[in-house]
Amino acid sequence: MNVLKLATAGSVDDGKSTLIGRILYDTNSLTEDKLQAIEEKSQQRGFDYLDFSLATDGLVAEREQGITIDVAHIYFSTPKTSFIIADTPGHIEYTRNMVTGASNSQASIILVDARNGVVEQTYRHFFINNLLQVKEVVVAVNKMDLVDYSEEKFNQVKGEIKYLAEKSDYKIQRITFIPISALHGDNVVNSSSNIDWYSGPSILEYLEGLNLEEKENYAQARFPVQSVIRPKTDEFHDYRGYAGKLYGGNFAVGDRVTVLPSAIESTIKSINFFDQEFNEVKSGSSFTLTLEDDVNVSRGDMIVKSGEIPHMTKQLEATICWMDKSPLKASDKYYIKHGVNDAQVKIISLDNIINTDFSGRDENPSKLSINEIGKVQLKLSKPLLVDRYKENKSNGAFILIDPKTNNTSGVGFIN
Amino acid sequence: MSTNILSVGALESEAIYILREVVAQFEKPVLLFSGGKDSITLVRLAQKAFYPAKIPFPLLHIDTGHNFPETIEFRDRLVKELGLELIVRNVQDNIDAGKVKEETGKYSSRNILQTETLLDTIAEFGFDACIGGARRDEEKARAKERIFSVRDDFGQWDEKNQRPELFDMLNGRIDLGQNVRVFPISNWTELDVWIYIQKEAIEIPSIYFAHKRETFVRDGFIWSANDEVVYRDEDELIEERTVRFRTVGDMSCTAAVISDASNIDKVVEEIRASKISERGARIDDKRSEAAMEKRKQQGYF
Repeated sequence: MNVLKLATAGSVDDGKSTLIGRILYDTNSLTEDKLQAIEEKSQQRGFDYLDFSLATDGLVAEREQGITIDVAHIYFSTPKTSFIIADTPGHIEYTRNMVTGASNSQASIILVDARNGVVEQTYRHFFINNLLQVKEVVVAVNKMDLVDYSEEKFNQVKGEIKYLAEKSDYKIQRITFIPISALHGDNVVNSSSNIDWYSGPSILEYLEGLNLEEKENYAQARFPVQSVIRPKTDEFHDYRGYAGKLYGGNFAVGDRVTVLPSAIESTIKSINFFDQEFNEVKSGSSFTLTLEDDVNVSRGDMIVKSGEIPHMTKQLEATICWMDKSPLKASDKYYIKHGVNDAQVKIISLDNIINTDFSGRDENPSKLSINEIGKVQLKLSKPLLVDRYKENKSNGAFILIDPKTNNTSGVGFIN
Repeated sequence: MSTNILSVGALESEAIYILREVVAQFEKPVLLFSGGKDSITLVRLAQKAFYPAKIPFPLLHIDTGHNFPETIEFRDRLVKELGLELIVRNVQDNIDAGKVKEETGKYSSRNILQTETLLDTIAEFGFDACIGGARRDEEKARAKERIFSVRDDFGQWDEKNQRPELFDMLNGRIDLGQNVRVFPISNWTELDVWIYIQKEAIEIPSIYFAHKRETFVRDGFIWSANDEVVYRDEDELIEERTVRFRTVGDMSCTAAVISDASNIDKVVEEIRASKISERGARIDDKRSEAAMEKRKQQGYF
């Protein structure tokens, strides 16, 4: 079955929990015991409606404050597709958790309250989806019931988002607008009879219609070696397999490959998965391969097709989303994790902070604070094998780790 | 040689990637093994991740002493067949030593007592990564947990201050004394696990399949009656029922469900049609709305 990973974003009270609850409810994904728990708790709290956020806000602090703090993962499936929703917080202070949710998603839903239209948080959500190059974005214009299902209101939101989209650098993003009422279930799973001027799909119909086959399939294959498998048993005495996951493209037995950074060439001898051998392997798969020649390969090395070599560099220019209370400053040192590879890194300069409302940038700032996004120049302790983020997402992103706290302090996208 | 094109399913591929990261990033990983379907699935995934080499970490069973005999029998056979190393530590030892106090009465369970034994064992061996079969669809606090979940030297989970996890990059850096709980099948649902067991023809303990059992009913749950560890009032009547277990934990807190699903195909069908969640049969989650979150803050798995 296909798995579709999806992130939701919306400002506080835009009805995100209600939307997710509605999706679960209308696809019969809420089991009786969970529904009963929601009913009881809603009643206890004196609500005259079912508060679906009780199902998704899993932490005590979230339920106390009635807000989502951290990403929750919610699962449901239809006969066609399994869905994983990363329900991310709307508050500005939890931007980092929004980035976390969106980084693993193939599609995003941005909620907008039809009464308020595009607000500052919408800019931020939209900006992050642009930055992460999420290809499929649904703008769900919610609470249509409270604006008399007005087509004019809907078109107003559409116009404002389109105006934003023109300012973005990421042009191949597909934006789909759907007018909904999460509370009443209009155009969420089922089509709405209240919105006769709209003839497009409901949110679920749209998601099910996405072409999952096309995936994030880049032309150039990248195989970072996670570990070297050496059983040294009687049966597999000379076996030397390279285990990892393929990002982009494909590999076939007989392909001429280059092992980096040593740049030694060899040929793929076998592609193994458990006790079976295969002729060819697709992007996204974990497997083990062997080479014709006895090449010295270790963890962190990368096997690529000869002639499709990534950049090998000790200097990086990147856009960073900062996630740590302690700000990033020029001359600070961090660990960088790029795929399965590690190095040390020094911040050479912080060039600017990018305003997430697309209004431009602040030049030469002194620091990058939590939830801010900026451009930096980095120097690495050893060369890494990288692509631009727009060419290969997995090989074009990295994280920065604070050596004092071990925290994941920021995420970078290579320009 | 097969002429097929290999295309590993996203969930399986992700789990294998995570297991390989654990072995690469940590000195002393261990797989927490309960004998239930999720940890059995983990064992299969670990076999695949390192084949043709052996699984490069031991299994650890924190034995409450209240396990179903079928589970223990299965555990020992699996370990022998695959040539794995198994470590067993008993909750009973901590009770005997007076380190933890056993609950009494109608709802008594040893489930929470496992935490102390687990933390002791982590310290005894110096494990820095504990791989477990928890899934995010099980419970709403689990839905919040990272794949690499850092625990301090008290084993505590700081749920409000978790490391962001971006793309495939797993940050396993920890200080001495800390450990990471690793959940390779975080993104699997109960149905995904069953479908995988079906597809891979993985053997599981017989109690997962329908069988006749002496049982009694309390609070709408069906309990195993012949096991002295399950508290029963005298007026709670024993009856033979055809049941199976959907989840296998400590006998004192795991209820059976009425079922005639006697093989894996029927089990998958039954789960597909089920209107009750898996944890609906785990009494320990019903103690309060935040039962799981509280247990995890104290170092529970």
